[in-house]
Amino acid sequence: MTVPNEIMTIAIASLATFATRFLPFLIFSGKKETPGFVKYLGEHLPPAILGILVIYCYKSQILHPGFDSLLAFFAGLVTVALYYVKSDMLLAILFGSATYVGLVYLF
Amino acid sequence: MNKELRFALIKTLPIMTGFVFLGITYGLYMHQLGFNFWYPTLMALTIFGGSIEFVIANALLKAFNPWLTLTLTLIINSRHFFYGLSMLEKYKNTGLKKLYLIFGLCDETFSINFATVLPDDLKEKKYYFYVTLLNHFYWVFGAFVGGIAGSFISFQIKGIDFVLVALFIVLFMSQFMVKAQRSSSLMGLFVGLVSLLIFGSQFFLPIAMLLMVLLFWFEYKKEGPAHDGTE
Repeated sequence: MTVPNEIMTIAIASLATFATRFLPFLIFSGKKETPGFVKYLGEHLPPAILGILVIYCYKSQILHPGFDSLLAFFAGLVTVALYYVKSDMLLAILFGSATYVGLVYLF
Repeated sequence: MNKELRFALIKTLPIMTGFVFLGITYGLYMHQLGFNFWYPTLMALTIFGGSIEFVIANALLKAFNPWLTLTLTLIINSRHFFYGLSMLEKYKNTGLKKLYLIFGLCDETFSINFATVLPDDLKEKKYYFYVTLLNHFYWVFGAFVGGIAGSFISFQIKGIDFVLVALFIVLFMSQFMVKAQRSSSLMGLFVGLVSLLIFGSQFFLPIAMLLMVLLFWFEYKKEGPAHDGTE
């Protein structure tokens, strides 16, 4: 690939990525009142998206269960439990991650 | 340092850790493919899309194919549509900064900007902007370091990328613990899991999100116009 072609490829990827993020704002532009259902989505969809993203984080452990799945699920449970008890995001993330790194090194 | 920036710095600490390490991995990866540091750095700066950048790195080694590049990018990043849809109200009246907020709407920025409950004395629009800017910076910085240090870096902390997993878990939990959001959270987990098992890891993300929109449509119709989300 020549350098101009490389630049074009990167530019296309950049613009297309922006387009996927920009499209909703284009459709429901600021002047008009946002439809009721879209507002409803704005409140209810994100928690569901976060659930889907959690599944995404564990996709390989779910599709190819193995010893690593066990470690990752355990570290995830530690994170959940810590956050549930302490309600401190950073603390839960820190100890959850430390648990995973520790387990990976141990085994 | 103003209050919003300080708060954003603290909130994005896990993302800083995750993005810098992942960014280094990505920069190293491009280095090993034979690209100099400009490539990962500029791609991180202009695309800012994580997984798509690995795909484009490989595409650059093949014959020039703009249509394939366009199609692949649109498919892989289609999930972002749902982030914009969810942020319409929060990003309203943000002026010129809005374009940058939209440009930087990656998984992590969306999640943290939606889920954070700000103290009363902080301006939320300023906070959104700083979170976006910081996350963008962490990613570009990591890509740059990985690209420039290339073969010099031999250390790797195995498993450190779990910080991003832990981040999403905690953000998920923060919604789950709000009673009104609990059923949505659980439905997301369930629909995500079923979609993954049916459609496989490559395509399930946008499909699962679309399914959720459909489910919410039925629920919205059922609840009737009294609950149009304006309360």
